[in-house]
Amino acid sequence: MIAEIGLAALWLAFALALLQLAAGVMAVNNPDTPLAALVRPVASVQAVLCALAFGALLLLFARTDLSVSLVAANSHSAKPLIFKLAGAWGNHEGSMLLWVTVMAIAGGLIAIIERRLPERTMIATLSAQAFVGLGFYAFLLFSSNPFERLPQPVPEGMGLNPLLQDIGLAFHPPTLYFGYVGLSVAFSFAVGALITRQVTPDFARVMRPWILGAWIFLTLGITAGSYWAYYELGWGGWWFWDPVENASLMPWLAATALLHSVSVLASRDALRTWTIMLGVVAFSMSMIGTFLVRSGILTSVHAFAVDPERGSFILALLAIYIGGALVLFALRANTVAEGQRFSIVSREGALVVNNVALSAILGIVLLGTLYPLFTEAFGVKVSVGPPYFNPVSAIFVVPMLVVLCVGPLLRWRHDSMKRIRPSLITVGLAVLAALAAALIIGGTDLLPFIGILLSAGVAVGSLLPLRGRSLRRLPLAVWGMVVAHFGIAVALFGMAADSAFTQEELVAAQIGQSTTVGPWSVTLDDVEPIAGPNWTALEGRLLVSYKGGALYELDPQSRNFWTPFQQTSESALLTRWNGQLYAVIGDDAGQGRWQLRLWWKPFVTWIWYGGVLIALGGFLSLIGRVAVDLRRRSAERRIAQRHEEAVS
Amino acid sequence: MARVLSLLAVLAVLLGALPLQAQNDLPPAPYAYKQLDDPAQEAAAQKLMETLRCLKCQSQSIADSDAPMAGDMRHQVRSRIAAGEDPEAIRSWLIDRYGDYVSYAPRVTATTWPLFALPLVLLALGLLIMLRRFGGPK
Repeated sequence: MIAEIGLAALWLAFALALLQLAAGVMAVNNPDTPLAALVRPVASVQAVLCALAFGALLLLFARTDLSVSLVAANSHSAKPLIFKLAGAWGNHEGSMLLWVTVMAIAGGLIAIIERRLPERTMIATLSAQAFVGLGFYAFLLFSSNPFERLPQPVPEGMGLNPLLQDIGLAFHPPTLYFGYVGLSVAFSFAVGALITRQVTPDFARVMRPWILGAWIFLTLGITAGSYWAYYELGWGGWWFWDPVENASLMPWLAATALLHSVSVLASRDALRTWTIMLGVVAFSMSMIGTFLVRSGILTSVHAFAVDPERGSFILALLAIYIGGALVLFALRANTVAEGQRFSIVSREGALVVNNVALSAILGIVLLGTLYPLFTEAFGVKVSVGPPYFNPVSAIFVVPMLVVLCVGPLLRWRHDSMKRIRPSLITVGLAVLAALAAALIIGGTDLLPFIGILLSAGVAVGSLLPLRGRSLRRLPLAVWGMVVAHFGIAVALFGMAADSAFTQEELVAAQIGQSTTVGPWSVTLDDVEPIAGPNWTALEGRLLVSYKGGALYELDPQSRNFWTPFQQTSESALLTRWNGQLYAVIGDDAGQGRWQLRLWWKPFVTWIWYGGVLIALGGFLSLIGRVAVDLRRRSAERRIAQRHEEAVS
Repeated sequence: MARVLSLLAVLAVLLGALPLQAQNDLPPAPYAYKQLDDPAQEAAAQKLMETLRCLKCQSQSIADSDAPMAGDMRHQVRSRIAAGEDPEAIRSWLIDRYGDYVSYAPRVTATTWPLFALPLVLLALGLLIMLRRFGGPK
């Protein structure tokens, strides 16, 4: 019954999205028709129905209803409840339903709360949102029905990929989807504004919280995904320019550029067409990311659907939405006036450097990700990996970060380098200090070396906007910018230090044997078999001490899951403020010895602390912007009220 | 000369092929999980291994994989570095055997040149945008 209710709710939501689109299209040039009043309520009801469908799926997974094909194929009654629930979106159909649910809820929210834009633009925006939603509903209903029943219930489910049975999974996909969907809202606003040709600072202010929200989630999603890969895959790497990682990075790059250009549009009424273009590109990247990850073109833990029909369906959606938006852009872009001018040495000028660099990096990541697929179609297999992406993206990252050191200090419209000379000198001294330190330690490659210098410059430069200002009165949005930019310095330092100073030790150790890695001494104390709910493991007990200090215990495991069968390494980590000790136990190496892999990774955790700081900066900014908006709105209401009273 | 070279190549392939044909149930090759004694050589080997694809895995370098084939390739790389071979020579040797797919560092070839041309185009485009926007008369 639950499955049927879910399916019915999904069909109804599909029908309402159709109605929303039709009513919107008819009302957009004729706002006086009664249809215009229909668009907003329909969008809210559609959101409720879609949420109902997703709730039904969660319930099916919580109960492990084995008469439903999706549950039987992806769940197992012996799984802990949290993984049963997370399993609802740990598969193709469920994850697409999650996507469309988040999108419908976002559409419902703007329909209910957003009253600042001209009603025509809102109707056009909600129609665009319905149009995008329709494609995903159709995809679910016609080729990926999550509620399909089996002819006969099965006695037991197939289980979930052991790699995915991790608390990280419960949060990783929803986080990224919130990001993708937030960008779909920005996309709909961009299309709406293109249709009515009203690209104004007001429009930028309405769009900005959605971009900020999406960007926060993308930042957290990428940070968490990177940490997850780091501890779960058991090889100590945190980023490999893998196509799946790139698929999440590309929307982030576009959203970062969009975030900065929309600020220029909101404050200075400049960069109008460019902002619209980025709005289209950002959501296109989300769709391309989804296509790459979900179509089965890439074989990975993410590719649930190795079904060519579904791949073609997503590709068709991709072509319709991106192609359609680009055609609309081409037709309308020249009718949107360019906006205010400014000189190169100005806040806008620095932000243009940011935008050009981010777009170029996006282009490189897109090319490096798609090109191997392209050549493979012609029978030539090539690999594009870190040795390509690192130096080539550095060509643009380095100038961008140099500009970041001073950009936030510049005034809008026109400024001079002479005015900010003391700040330039401060940043220069920080870089020189880092240079001296790096030379004394020595032995690093060029890129980590540059990374260390730049992180010092950005760290100091990012704090300079606080100088001479009252910290208590500083707007939250400025705090957000400072924190996010400082987070970039922190993350960059972590990346550079990890690649420059990591130490590795591989040993086949007997029980009782000691070894050292970096400043740590490590003793293999014992190895014991243990059992979990759906796995057995060999657990090593390591006693470790930092520079002869206190003893700590680390318990890495080598696990064997049996539904389905798979062997995984559960690494054990010991975190200090200045780095992590990373231990993995491998196979029996014969003669009573065990294979241990140990790494000392100085400052590696700073990568993720930095990521969290960047997201926190976005969050502060979001709160600040929304608070200012609310205050402005209530002030406007009061003025209007007084006006009415005076008239009457 | 060519005959000597080709003979050497055949020999190299034969010798190199031996450990790679090892069955999965045999113990891993000695240098699969053992580092070289000389830290400088180990660092060079590590750097190279991080840029070679494990052909039996999903997007992993041979430095990051538990697959038996990755272990065999690590053994190859480490023993060749220990014998004093140049890392790039080892890479070329592996590319000759397994094709370009094995190396994460693409070479400039007739098929891969756009990978290197596009960043230059983007750079030129970026500079052009800046010039057009800011270079003209104020």
